[in-house]
Amino acid sequence: MEFGGRRALRRKRLEIEASYPCGLQFYATPPTGNVSLVEFDEMAFERLKILRAVERLNLSGHVKNSEEWIAKLYEEFAKNKFFIILAEKNTKSKTDEVQKARRQDHVSHFILRLAYCRTEELRRWFIAHETDLFKARFLQASRNGSDIRNFLITNNLHYTSITAEEKQSERENLVASSMNISGDTMEGMTFYKVPFLDTLELVRQRKVFLKQGYAYVPETDLASLVTSSFRSKLSHDMATTYRALPELDSDERLVRLLHNFDKRYTGKDYSSKKPEDMCRITPDMIDNLANKSFPPCMRHLNDTLRTTHHLKYNGRLVYGLFLKAAGLNLEDALFFWRSHFLQNMDVDTFDKRYSYGIRYNYGKEGKKTDFSPYGCLKIIMSNVAPGDSHGCPFKHTDAIILRQRLAAYKVSNQTIEEIMELVNKRHYQIACQRYWEAIHGVPIDAGINHPNQFFEESHKFLNGGVQPSQGKKQPEVKTTPSVMYSSQASTQSSQSSVTDTKTVLEEIAMCFDDDIETAMLE
Amino acid sequence: MPPTEGFDCDMYPDYLAMYYKRIFPYRQYFKWLSYGQDLRTCFQKREFCFTLANDVYVRFLSFKDQEEMETEIKRRCPHKIDIGAIYTHRPKDHKTVTFFSPKSKELVFDIDMTDYDEIRTCCSGAEICNKCWKYMTIAVKVLDLALRQDFGFKHILWVYSGRRGIHCWVCDASARMLSQPARSAVAEYLQLVKGGEDTTKKVSLPLKLHPSIKRAETIVKKYFSEVVLEEQDMLGTPERWKKFLKLIPDQGLQDTLDRLMQQCSNSSQRWNIIQSEVTKAINKGDKKSLRKNLLTEIILQYTYPRLDINVTKGLNHLLKSPFSIHPKTGRVCVCFNPQKAEEFDPTTVPLVSQLLDEINAYDGDKSENMEEYKKTSMKECMALFDSFLASLAKDNIIQKAEESDKRLEF
Repeated sequence: MEFGGRRALRRKRLEIEASYPCGLQFYATPPTGNVSLVEFDEMAFERLKILRAVERLNLSGHVKNSEEWIAKLYEEFAKNKFFIILAEKNTKSKTDEVQKARRQDHVSHFILRLAYCRTEELRRWFIAHETDLFKARFLQASRNGSDIRNFLITNNLHYTSITAEEKQSERENLVASSMNISGDTMEGMTFYKVPFLDTLELVRQRKVFLKQGYAYVPETDLASLVTSSFRSKLSHDMATTYRALPELDSDERLVRLLHNFDKRYTGKDYSSKKPEDMCRITPDMIDNLANKSFPPCMRHLNDTLRTTHHLKYNGRLVYGLFLKAAGLNLEDALFFWRSHFLQNMDVDTFDKRYSYGIRYNYGKEGKKTDFSPYGCLKIIMSNVAPGDSHGCPFKHTDAIILRQRLAAYKVSNQTIEEIMELVNKRHYQIACQRYWEAIHGVPIDAGINHPNQFFEESHKFLNGGVQPSQGKKQPEVKTTPSVMYSSQASTQSSQSSVTDTKTVLEEIAMCFDDDIETAMLE
Repeated sequence: MPPTEGFDCDMYPDYLAMYYKRIFPYRQYFKWLSYGQDLRTCFQKREFCFTLANDVYVRFLSFKDQEEMETEIKRRCPHKIDIGAIYTHRPKDHKTVTFFSPKSKELVFDIDMTDYDEIRTCCSGAEICNKCWKYMTIAVKVLDLALRQDFGFKHILWVYSGRRGIHCWVCDASARMLSQPARSAVAEYLQLVKGGEDTTKKVSLPLKLHPSIKRAETIVKKYFSEVVLEEQDMLGTPERWKKFLKLIPDQGLQDTLDRLMQQCSNSSQRWNIIQSEVTKAINKGDKKSLRKNLLTEIILQYTYPRLDINVTKGLNHLLKSPFSIHPKTGRVCVCFNPQKAEEFDPTTVPLVSQLLDEINAYDGDKSENMEEYKKTSMKECMALFDSFLASLAKDNIIQKAEESDKRLEF
């Protein structure tokens, strides 16, 4: 932050300080200049909407970075008139409007860095979605014939290409490693040789040839390479920002704003529930509840536990945290697990090996963190190994077994067909929603995004006849199948908190009648 | 493994005390974990975890130098020693510092025989025998080559876990510095068998086979007939072949094959029929669900290493230390040569009790002043470890030089 010369600075308000040669940015340096509090808020809010759009699209089952995915994303951008469209306009003359949009791109990115650097979870969310956004924009730019080379040079991104001889000698391996390369197309193609660390995404998916620690990346995968640099730089910067954050905490106005941002977008947090809205469950209720109100993932874990009296580590973790959030207290949890496990072992072994894990889940051991239960996304993305029973049944269970299981859960044949159709299209959460509707006989428009939400809606409905939350009440809701509970809920909550912040903002404005410099951290 | 003969649980603490007093290779162990670097940056920040009697875990131990480590191990006589990461601060101070997090660690892999239960018929759970151990041999061959050729790692230590599995420690400086995301990328690159109890088909391959998969296929094919068909006899009974046939995603073909299976007399014949029928059906091309690489997928599901990748991904994950003793079997966690993985026999790995007998027998004949392990069957393993340390030392020097160059630049 700058201090002296505030009056002089005020005159320069909103002046465009830097000029932006490319539609795409690497966000290497923080912006300078002044931004009003209101503008600060608006800019950041728009960017959040953009990142939310990316998240929604990822959940909808489209293959990430596919043509279709990018087209849908840009459709969404255009529909909402997000600044990205304007910022990416190819103009020879650098019009003010384009420059302004690019500046907004620049500034809003850095504001969100501040808001999202506080916790590991927020950082991860932000980095993941900024990276996806960047890659989509990069691919779009390559397709539009924008000056990618210029972008690379401006941002000092150099990659070494391999010699013709090396290309010839590794020909077969190079062709075999990439989906979209054939013997013919590789002729005129450039291959870059980079340390495998620079292209982890391609390594993870086994889509690049590796030799002695180097990855041979074809120019068609340049986007992956650049994105990878983007991600690692952002990840590093976020850590630095986090450490520098205390300097900012002295400015209360900013702190309030920033805190509000991250709260607006995390959805319902199942870890910090207050006791009053907590229903309590006891071990004797579990089997009955499992059959009536648990989502299929948890019901299956309970069934496995009931038949084998054992669950592997991740199963215990996922199910244990779910039960905790469902209202099982620590004492009861110990009793519940013990009653099952003791059929295979003696009390001593149980106490030694397993009670630690249970107490750990409740924040009584080790890190002493009160862990929150896994949401659908985390469960869907989880790694399931031989012998494991956790995971999302709609994703990790073979179709035949899933059918049998749904039939055993007394789901009608017609609904099973519907569910299987959704599963084939990888709409796992919507499949789960159909299941909820099938066993309760009423629609749940809000969708399913968390096992505990599944349970709570069910519990409320069965016990009090409370209709499940109806997403339709909110004006923002889209009824396309891809829209998820989380996005709706958060759009809703964001709407309300925007008004809150605005009031706060106005108050601040009245008190200070002053501008505030965007406190960007170097 | 059946309860190990000659291993007496009651005597275990006594054996351990003697083992730590006379045999444990402190000098080499310390040399390994200090990587030729300043003790303050490396060894002193390394987490050790002791498991004491009655499964009491003591985490976040750390030692000043070899002497302190030696004294502590001898004093507390841990039933098991685990190694953790190198942290930002000395682990023993972890409660007094605000920012304490793992910085580096060897890249490790853990393969456990229990994950092979669905593809072995000789044993299950914690048991192993020479037949199913061949799956471990295959795992070593496949992974060792991939780590060396694809990732360029050189200093790879393979260790028997003492009961039913193996551990792999990749100790190159570049491997130790890998970030958490990089570890997951490497782990997922090497993981082919995915899915839990509810997934029948655990290997799915794209149309084009990546060079690393082709290489793995070449290796495992050499073992498939001997291990899967003959020894495990995976097509030996109707129940087994029915399970096997489920991997073919076409009900009609499954039924045809099921009938044909009954006419054959052994697994090899049955496999030949499956191969020829599946190939025929694929070439005919009228069944969309049959993909070109189906046979390769099946072979790999029955042979490819089954990794517990969470161990590899986590930077702060603990792993049982080499030269620790497995508390349930009394066997020493010895290292073995991946080039000669097929010669490694877990059932002949020395027991802690046996080592002490060997020393006594040796000393009975003559009395010589030499390191005690040299009098025992750990000799071979230590020779291997010494050569591992020697090649590591060369790179340690290079790394140190590079680092001091970097410092000079500033």
